[in-house]
Amino acid sequence: MAQSPDFRTCPSTGLRIHRSAETLIKANAVVAVVFLAVGGLFGLAVALTRWPAVHLLPADMFYLALTAHGLDVLLVWIIFFEIAVLYFASAIVLNSRLAMPRVAWTAFALMLIGAVITNVAVLQGGSSVMFTSYVPMRADPNFYLGLILFAVGALIACAIFFGTLVIAKEEKTYEGSIPLVTFGALTAAIIAVFTLASGAIILIPTWLWSMDIIKHIDPLMYKTVWWAMGHSSQQINVSAHVAIWYAIAAIVLGAKPISEKVSRMAFLMYILFLQLASAHHMLVEPGISSEWKIFNTSYAMYLAVLGSMIHGMTVPGSIEAAQRAKGYTNGLFEWLRKAPWSNPAFSGMFLSLLMFGFLGGISGVVLGTEQINIIMHNTIYVPGHFHATVVAGTTLAFMAVTYLLVPMIFQRELILKKWAMVQPYLFGIGVAGISVFMMGAGTLGVARRHWDITFADATLSFEYPPAAFLMMGLNGMSAVLAALGGLIYIVVVVGSILFGKRIETKAAADGEPAPVVAAVGKYGSAGTLAIPGTVALVAVFFTAFVLYYFVNWKYLSEVWPLQ
Amino acid sequence: MGLYPPPQKIWWREPIAKTEIVWIVIAFIWGLAMFFMMIYWHAVGEQNLSNEAYRVTPEAFYEKASALAEAHQVGEEAGTPVVHPPPGSDIYLVGRLWSWWPIFELEKDETYRLHISAMDWQHGFSLQPVNINLQIHPGYDFVVTVTPDRAGEYGIVCNEFCGIGHHTMIGKMYVVE
Repeated sequence: MAQSPDFRTCPSTGLRIHRSAETLIKANAVVAVVFLAVGGLFGLAVALTRWPAVHLLPADMFYLALTAHGLDVLLVWIIFFEIAVLYFASAIVLNSRLAMPRVAWTAFALMLIGAVITNVAVLQGGSSVMFTSYVPMRADPNFYLGLILFAVGALIACAIFFGTLVIAKEEKTYEGSIPLVTFGALTAAIIAVFTLASGAIILIPTWLWSMDIIKHIDPLMYKTVWWAMGHSSQQINVSAHVAIWYAIAAIVLGAKPISEKVSRMAFLMYILFLQLASAHHMLVEPGISSEWKIFNTSYAMYLAVLGSMIHGMTVPGSIEAAQRAKGYTNGLFEWLRKAPWSNPAFSGMFLSLLMFGFLGGISGVVLGTEQINIIMHNTIYVPGHFHATVVAGTTLAFMAVTYLLVPMIFQRELILKKWAMVQPYLFGIGVAGISVFMMGAGTLGVARRHWDITFADATLSFEYPPAAFLMMGLNGMSAVLAALGGLIYIVVVVGSILFGKRIETKAAADGEPAPVVAAVGKYGSAGTLAIPGTVALVAVFFTAFVLYYFVNWKYLSEVWPLQ
Repeated sequence: MGLYPPPQKIWWREPIAKTEIVWIVIAFIWGLAMFFMMIYWHAVGEQNLSNEAYRVTPEAFYEKASALAEAHQVGEEAGTPVVHPPPGSDIYLVGRLWSWWPIFELEKDETYRLHISAMDWQHGFSLQPVNINLQIHPGYDFVVTVTPDRAGEYGIVCNEFCGIGHHTMIGKMYVVE
């Protein structure tokens, strides 16, 4: 058979890998990791400043670092990595070539240039407006310009993903429907289009306003549209990291979904309802009706939450089914005890699943309840919640999948395997601490984005309870742990890419069909296999959810009557 | 396996496992319960925000606030007037770089129509330690009817970032028997 220079065959998975797609995945992933390192460092500085006993940075540097932290990790790291995931889930998973690699490089360049422009604007000091840049507070025009370029680049990258799906279908590189992982990535890409378009719709006029070309931007309108980007972009993350959960479960354990239909319906609910989440940030704003708030904040009666609750059962359920089929059938939890906990891809994925559900998911629904938001809005409870979703959920899942991408895409063996083994636990425990202690401090009223909760420089005074200071200290210590975990991740990944042992590979033979890896067997098809361990886990989750939900109504009922 | 196309081409006809169906039904009902809980609280709960707000210019709002403060001032603290408005009245709180103005002295278990607006940028009204948090926009007069039910001294922290002096933006409120 003739050798095709455009493709090679991955020796461990048998996937046909398109070389241009591979190079683009590498480039996007590397830039993502660089920005994770930069943004993580700013995050550590922020946490150390908010640790009352340390109080590292002066006020102006603190607000600058906080702006840069939000920008670099929430936007740049995550979107760059997501683009890598989109290219992987289309070209690699479908054995296809990538659509228009040159245009994909243009997208990459636009995103990189945009990210750099905005970072320079922030570091120059004139744009410490926080990631959210609420008007009428004004940043340097370049702050908005960089974000617009970044969004346009990311939109083009989404178009490349859609184009690749079309090519794969036309060229019949797979049979039947697209795999579930690609379906999840498609969900992420569709939400990304909505998100990035919303970003452009609000940032372009704001950019013109910052140059005095437009006179007035209504602050309430700004917030509503800005959060259609800001919150929906977190829904891209959810779709992407759930797709990665399924992918890791499939690659490491050969797990197959309990039911394709149910898992796909759950993704579909994300597409249909997640975009309403702008309302989560508008619950205590003037001039918005309760009807609008209730319908939107609940994603139309919690239908998107239903999607996540379904994945919360189907992901561990598919793992349990796979493990039981391998003979781990004793008791409720042998399948879980004997899971590959020393494989960082698996441990990172499972910790991400647990923490996203228990910490991020539950707190998110409570925080997004119209009236309960009164006792939480803009307190440090809010960053407590989203560090559980975006860091423990998304970032940890992305880290976990990197341990698979390095051998598969970069063709290098991991170095420092022992360090890699510990990394998800260290990072996971650190982030769990960050989010729990910030939520704790938030229920005591501590404000987010605040340099000095002792109010030493104020003319009037107020004292938070001592427990609040304790929580902020514990938050700082947890941040140090998480930063250590982040550092190990970067050392292992960058070290492996540069110095890891090269994995030999061959060019793919023309027309050779993708071999089917590891026969999966017949288990798991609907109704044939019980998953009692998962049922127990879900029952614990549901009980925690209901209790925590009503505890917060109880807290609310104790504050002053308001109408 | 999630990385391959579904083995059965017509996967949408596969029956769904019973465990999944049961969980979907429970989760769906729980979603409805949480949805109706918010509506139920509007009917019976005591902590709901009004849907009342007005467009207002900072100048017009400030004028009302200073007229009220002048009429009912009972003291002064660190240069800020302490104002004791009549129970049941409309009271006006100004958020600006970087203070909450004036200081109100309210009577316990009396009801007030509290108007809040920002003069410049957005601010976060965070009443502590009772932990009531509202977002304050320039150009919008936010009306909340409050009934303080515990006497004491309260702090008003700004919890929306408003520039370099943000952490010095502190206000006060007293509730007296």
